[in-house]
Amino acid sequence: MTVPAPSPLVPVRARSPLDGTRLLVLGGGMTGHRLAARLRAEDPDGDWSLTVIGEEPQRPYDRVHLSDWFDHHHEDLLSLETGVWDDPRITLVTGDKAESLDRSAHTVTCASGTVHEYDRLVLATGSWAWAPRAEGKDLPGSFSYRTVADVESLAAWVAERGETLGREVRGVVVGGGVLGLEAAAALQGLGAHSTVVEFADRLMAVQLDDGGGEMLRLLIQDKGIDVRTGVGATAFRPAADGAIGTAELTDGSELPADVVVFSTGIRPRDRIGREAGLAVGERGGIVVGESCQTSDPDIWAIGECASFEGVCAGLIAPGNDMADVVVDRFLGGTRTHSRGEGGTKLKGVGVDAAAFGDVNAMTPDALEVSFVDPVHRQYRKLVLSDDATTLLGGVFVGDISLYSQLRPLTGRALGADPSAVIAPEGGGDALAGAELPDDAVVCSCNNIAAGAVRHSVNEQGCHTVGAIKECTTAGTVCGSCVPTLTKILNQELAKSGIEVSRALCEHFDHSRAELYKLVEEGGQETFTEVVAAHGTGAGRGCAVCRPTVASILSSLGALAGKRHNPVGRQLGSLQDTNDHVMANIQKDGTYSVIPAMPAGEVTPEKLLVFAQVAKDYGLYVKVNGAQRIGMFGARLEQLPEIWERLVAAGFQSGHAYGKSLRMVKSCLGTNWCRFGVGDSTAMAARLEARYRGLRSPHKLKIGVSGCARECAEAQAKDVGVIATHRGWNLYVGGNGGAQPAHAQLLVEDLDDETLQRCIDRFLILYIREADKLQRTARWVEEYPGGIAELRRVVVEDSLGIGEELEAAMQRHADSYVDEWAEAVNDPERRAKFVSFINAPDLHDKSLRYVIEREQIRPARSEDDPADTFPTPLAAKEHALAGAAQLSQEDQ
Amino acid sequence: MTAPADSLVAICPLEALTPERGSAALLPDGTQIAVFLLDDGSVHAVQQHDPYSGSNVLSRGLVGTHRLTAEGEDAERLVPTLSSPMYKQTWDLSTGAVIDAGGGAKKPIRVFDVEVRDGQVHVATAPRPGTGSQDDEA
Repeated sequence: MTVPAPSPLVPVRARSPLDGTRLLVLGGGMTGHRLAARLRAEDPDGDWSLTVIGEEPQRPYDRVHLSDWFDHHHEDLLSLETGVWDDPRITLVTGDKAESLDRSAHTVTCASGTVHEYDRLVLATGSWAWAPRAEGKDLPGSFSYRTVADVESLAAWVAERGETLGREVRGVVVGGGVLGLEAAAALQGLGAHSTVVEFADRLMAVQLDDGGGEMLRLLIQDKGIDVRTGVGATAFRPAADGAIGTAELTDGSELPADVVVFSTGIRPRDRIGREAGLAVGERGGIVVGESCQTSDPDIWAIGECASFEGVCAGLIAPGNDMADVVVDRFLGGTRTHSRGEGGTKLKGVGVDAAAFGDVNAMTPDALEVSFVDPVHRQYRKLVLSDDATTLLGGVFVGDISLYSQLRPLTGRALGADPSAVIAPEGGGDALAGAELPDDAVVCSCNNIAAGAVRHSVNEQGCHTVGAIKECTTAGTVCGSCVPTLTKILNQELAKSGIEVSRALCEHFDHSRAELYKLVEEGGQETFTEVVAAHGTGAGRGCAVCRPTVASILSSLGALAGKRHNPVGRQLGSLQDTNDHVMANIQKDGTYSVIPAMPAGEVTPEKLLVFAQVAKDYGLYVKVNGAQRIGMFGARLEQLPEIWERLVAAGFQSGHAYGKSLRMVKSCLGTNWCRFGVGDSTAMAARLEARYRGLRSPHKLKIGVSGCARECAEAQAKDVGVIATHRGWNLYVGGNGGAQPAHAQLLVEDLDDETLQRCIDRFLILYIREADKLQRTARWVEEYPGGIAELRRVVVEDSLGIGEELEAAMQRHADSYVDEWAEAVNDPERRAKFVSFINAPDLHDKSLRYVIEREQIRPARSEDDPADTFPTPLAAKEHALAGAAQLSQEDQ
Repeated sequence: MTAPADSLVAICPLEALTPERGSAALLPDGTQIAVFLLDDGSVHAVQQHDPYSGSNVLSRGLVGTHRLTAEGEDAERLVPTLSSPMYKQTWDLSTGAVIDAGGGAKKPIRVFDVEVRDGQVHVATAPRPGTGSQDDEA
C-alpha cells in the first residue's frame, strides 16, 4: 500500500504548544531581542504572535558595545540582527513605554494609551543608571552612560562646551567600574580630559582583586586618564553660566568638571511588576525561579529586571540564558536557568583586564598564584583549590590572552602547573595539550559549550573559525572566545586526521607562506628555478601556483629593491590575463581601464582627457567601488593607445587588475570638511604613494577618515586609519565582500611617521604569512594569539624585526615605477597587445553592443540583433544620432 | 591522426609566439583559434571560444601541466594544460579533454593539429576529429 506524499501546497507541521498564544515582551533591549530571535528559530512554524515594546526610539541594539558608537557615530552599526523583525508573527513597537499592568485582565497599558492584551507576558525592562545623592548632580552637563541617547547627548555636550569655553573640556566620571572606564575613554576620545572618581579603593572593584586593580590603575593612568580612588563626589557646583562646573569630593578637594558622567551602578526597572503586585527581591527586581517564571504563572521576567537567587545580574550572558530558558519553557521544555561563574572583560578602553570566578579567593583554604610585572604592566593571578588542582578563578590585567582559555575551566582541573601557566614566557604553552570538556561553556555570551563547537567541526563540516561562528554563533558577541575556538578547531582537525591541506596545488606541497619563506631564503628568481628547488617534481605549474609564484617573486623583488617588473617578460607567463595585460578582463573578453586617483582627487584637466578618451572609443564609464573612475569595453589591442594618452595626461596605473593595493579611500579631511580633525586626504595620498603596486596574497584596500564620523568607511578596509584629536587610530583586518568584517583596533594616537611604520610592518607580515588569496580579515582572525599578539609584533616590535620591515617597504617605494608608463614606451611590450597574430587589423567580430541608460553594454542573447552594434563607438554614435533626431523633432 | 598537409595554413613565424603564453589567430574561414608555445618547444592550437563563459578568450588563459593516469595505463604522465582566464576551468591542451570543470558540466574544446615547418607555425584548417563538444558552436 502506498501512502500519498503530502502535497507541497499544504505544508504539514507539528502543532506548536504556543499555537494561538499572544505573547507580549516589555522591553526592547538585548534580552527582548534574544527571546524573539530564539523563539523564531526554535519554532519556525508556530502559529503565535509576539509583540515587543521598547521605550527607546531605536530597534534593539547592542548595548554591550555602546562605546563603539564613538567610533561609528551611527546607531545602525550597533544594531542586532534585524531579520527577526521581518517575521510577520513578530511586532516591534518602539518609542512607547508600558505604564501599567493589569494581571487579572491580562492587559498592559502604554504611555501612548495603547492597550495590549497578552496570554503570556515577559518582563525584560532592564535596569536604570543609579546615581548617588549629591547636590547639583542634575545640573546641565551631567549624564549617564546607558543608551544611545546618552552617548549622543554626551558627545554633543562635549563639542558644544568645548566651543563655549574655548579650551579643553574637563570631565569627571563618577564610578570606576567597567562602564565608568569605558565612559572615561569615550570622554577622552571626544577630546576631553577625564578623571575617574571611584569610592572603593580600586578600579573595577567588583571584578578585580587589589593587585589587579592596582595594575589597572597604572594602565589607565598611562593612557592619560586621572584616577582618584577611595573618594566620592559629594556635590557639584555650577559654573558662571549655570552649567556644571566643579565637583566636590569627600576628602574636601575639588575637581574641575565641565561634564560629569555617572556610572555608579544599575538598579532593576521593576516598577511595573512591583505595582502589579508581583514578588520583588530585597534588593529590587522581580523574583524568578530557575524557570524564570514570576509569582504570576502567566508572567516571566528575564535579564537585569529579574532577581534570581536575590541577585539582579548586570551582564548579558545570564540575560541571554534566561531568554533561552523562557523560550524552551514556552515550547514545553524543562530547561533551567543557573548562574555560572561569569567573567568580565574590559572593552573599548584600550586597556586589557578580565577576571572570572573567585577572584578574591574567598573559598576556604583557596590558594593564590600570581605573577606581577609593573614594568611591563602585567598582572596574572590564578585561584585554586587547597590541593592546587581545581581552578576557582583568575584575574588578568595588561595581558588577557589566558582569560578565554581558562575561564571555561572554572571549577575543573587546571591540568597544568599553575605557576607555569602564568609564567611570563610562553606561559600558555603549559596548557597547549589540554582539552576543554564538552560541557564547558566556551562562548558565555551565547552559551555555547565546547561540545557544540566540536560538533560543528566534526559533523557540520566547519573547518574555519568563520564557519564555526556562523554555524554555532559562538564568538559573535564579544569575540573574546575566538582564540579558544581556534584552538578547539585545530585540535579536532588534527584528531580526526582531516589534514587541512595548505599545499598550493599538485606542483607544490607548501602553503603560500611556506613557499614565500623558501623563495626568500633560496633567492630563486624565476618560476623554473622555484619549481626546480621547491616543486613536487617535473611540471610547469598551473593556474593556481603560477600566479602565486608570480606574486611572491614580485613582492620579494620589490621589497629587495630589485624590481622584478611584475608584468615583464620574466613573470609575464605566470600571470592571469589581468596582471599580464594590466587590465581587468570583463565578461565579453574586453577590458577595463581604471587609472589611479590617489585620495580620490582628480583635476578637471585630467578628467577632460579621461572623458575624451572614453568618448573617442565609445566606452562605458562608471565610478567603481574604490573611489575611482573606470572605462569599460576596451579591446586588448586598444589598451596601449588608450593608456598612452592617459599616461601623457599624468595618469598612472591604478593596479585595479592586481592582487595589490587597490586604493586608499579617503573623506575630505580638514581642508574642506567642517568636522575634520585630521588631513585624511593628504594622508591617503601619502599612503597610496608608498604602497602602490605592492603585490600581496590578495587585493588590499586602505581607508583614511578625517574624524570619527568615518565617512571613508576605514573600518571596512584591510587597513583603516581614523583621525582623532590626538593623532591617528589604526585598524586592521576589515573587509567588505562576501564575508564582511569590522577592522580591529591595532593602536591609537599615532603621529604620521609612526602610523606609516606600523602599516609598513603590518603589510609585510601579511604578505609574508598569509595563505594564497587570503584577505587580511581572515588572516588577522586566525593570527596565532589574535590581535593582541599582532599588536605586540607590529606595535611593540616584540620580534625585533620592525626596522627591517620598514627598510624593505622603503625599498619597494623607492623602486616603484608606473607599469603602464613603462609598457607604452616599450615597443616590444606594445607589440604583444594584438588582436590576432596573423590578422592584427581585424578584431573579434562576435563582440556586439547595445545602449542602456545612454551608455554601451555587451549584447546578450535575448537582445534583438537589429539593435546591436559591432563596436562601442558604433553603438554610441547611433544612440547620439537618435537623440539628436529626437530633439530636432521636439523643436 | 595527422591532418593531410594541404589542409594546413601558415599562421606566423615561431618566434612571434611568446613562450608559455597564447596568441589568438584567425583561420581562413574566420574561425578563431588560440595558439600556444610551451616550455618544451611544442606548439598547440585549440578553439579560442571558451565554452563556459561564451567569450573568445582562451588564448589569454594560463598554461601549465597536470599529472594524469589515463585509463588502462599504469604510469602517470604529464599533460600540458590550459586554464580559462574567465572561470579557471582547465583542459588537456593536447586532447581538449576537460581536466577540471570547476564542478560544472564537462565541455571539451576542439584541438587543431600544428606543424612547425621552416620556422613557420602551420595549423590545420579543421579541428582534429573527435575533439570538442557537439553543442558548442564557436
